[in-house]
Amino acid sequence: MFKRSGERKEETVPDRIKREQFELSVLPHLGAAYNLARWLTRNDHDAEDVVQESYLRAYRFFGGFRGGDGRAWLLTIVRNTCYTWLQQNRPRELSDSIDDTADNIESDAPSPEAELIKNADGKMITRALEELPLEFKEILVLREMEGMSYKEIADMADIPLGTVMSRLARARKRLQQILAPTVAREA
Amino acid sequence: MNCEEAKKLVHAYVDRELDLVKSLELERHLTDCDTCSKEYAGLQALRSVVGSVYQKPSAQLQKRVMSAIRKDVGSEARPPVMSWRWLGVAASLVLLVFLSWGLFRVLSGSSSDEAIAREVVSSHVRSLMASHLTDVPSSDQHTVKPWFNGKLDFSPPVIDLADQGFPLAGGRLDYLNNKPVAALVYQRRMHLINLFIWPSPGERERPKPAETLNGYNVIHWYQSDMSCWAVSDLNAEELNEFVRLLKSKSAS
Repeated sequence: MFKRSGERKEETVPDRIKREQFELSVLPHLGAAYNLARWLTRNDHDAEDVVQESYLRAYRFFGGFRGGDGRAWLLTIVRNTCYTWLQQNRPRELSDSIDDTADNIESDAPSPEAELIKNADGKMITRALEELPLEFKEILVLREMEGMSYKEIADMADIPLGTVMSRLARARKRLQQILAPTVAREA
Repeated sequence: MNCEEAKKLVHAYVDRELDLVKSLELERHLTDCDTCSKEYAGLQALRSVVGSVYQKPSAQLQKRVMSAIRKDVGSEARPPVMSWRWLGVAASLVLLVFLSWGLFRVLSGSSSDEAIAREVVSSHVRSLMASHLTDVPSSDQHTVKPWFNGKLDFSPPVIDLADQGFPLAGGRLDYLNNKPVAALVYQRRMHLINLFIWPSPGERERPKPAETLNGYNVIHWYQSDMSCWAVSDLNAEELNEFVRLLKSKSAS
């Protein structure tokens, strides 16, 4: 058998075991990784770059992964990689972060009708979500799309459980308030 | 349960983070309170619409990621992933390594000379203290030179300088710079000079002034592919004269 000259060196047995374990426990969460990266970077190409970089990091740190939820573990790495990427490429988006100590103004207003929200189409929802501050966006992605628990989100974002709850309530209210008038106008 | 409390708990309820007792209380409230049940419906509606814009990766992404990992494992060299910025960082790292390697070469060159000079001086001092000055006490160069045969894998030049006032006292085997070396002992009145010699092919003459370590004068030079170190408590002027004579005699 001849090998192409460009071929990499042969994979060792420990390397292969590590890669197979990685493929079993981390690779299935590629969709979740991409979804989070896509919302945080708001761009296909950037999201793919971030996902690739995240997987390389995850693979390198895989020795430190003690089993458990591979998705939460991976998403923590994706989130960190996104923030590093934003810092390097769009530092301004990180500067206007939300104030968690601010009064929960959003929740005092009456909620829009559920029927109105249901009529929103994909374009409207995407636009509304993208308008949200980074912290609101990520908490909605993690909770509403990935169904992660408060505790998992708290660990991942390194914030107290109470902050997760208040942030989530504010994010939901804000999104409803952006969506409702759009739906009322356009639908 | 009142509306204020229900409003707070309804998020946890939607998220299944509420304990059973509170959940039952809330459910009872929701059936009674129109405002709060609307709130609940609004949250459910939001979840379903947000879930509908889940972003799916392209089919190629998994292949791309796995091949990047295989490459990373195989070569430990990473492809440029993020942007050209990383290439810049890599380039500056390479430059840094290159520069520090050069600097290290320069520094280690001088510092290893320094280390050898210290070894030379301690060896000189030891030879005077331990009454082990010579293995072959002889003023005859034709006795001293053959004595080294079979003891070293090189033959040190043994030069007679008796006529110039530096009679040979003998020769000794010593260990310096991690290798066995020849030590020739010369005399000048009451002073003793240790001349250490070992092969050092390819090294060229680097004119260096005599240096003084712990009160001893040390001179280092190369001649005919040998590294030579002369050390003595003799004054620098006469030690320089000694070295000059050795060089001229070996050249002739």
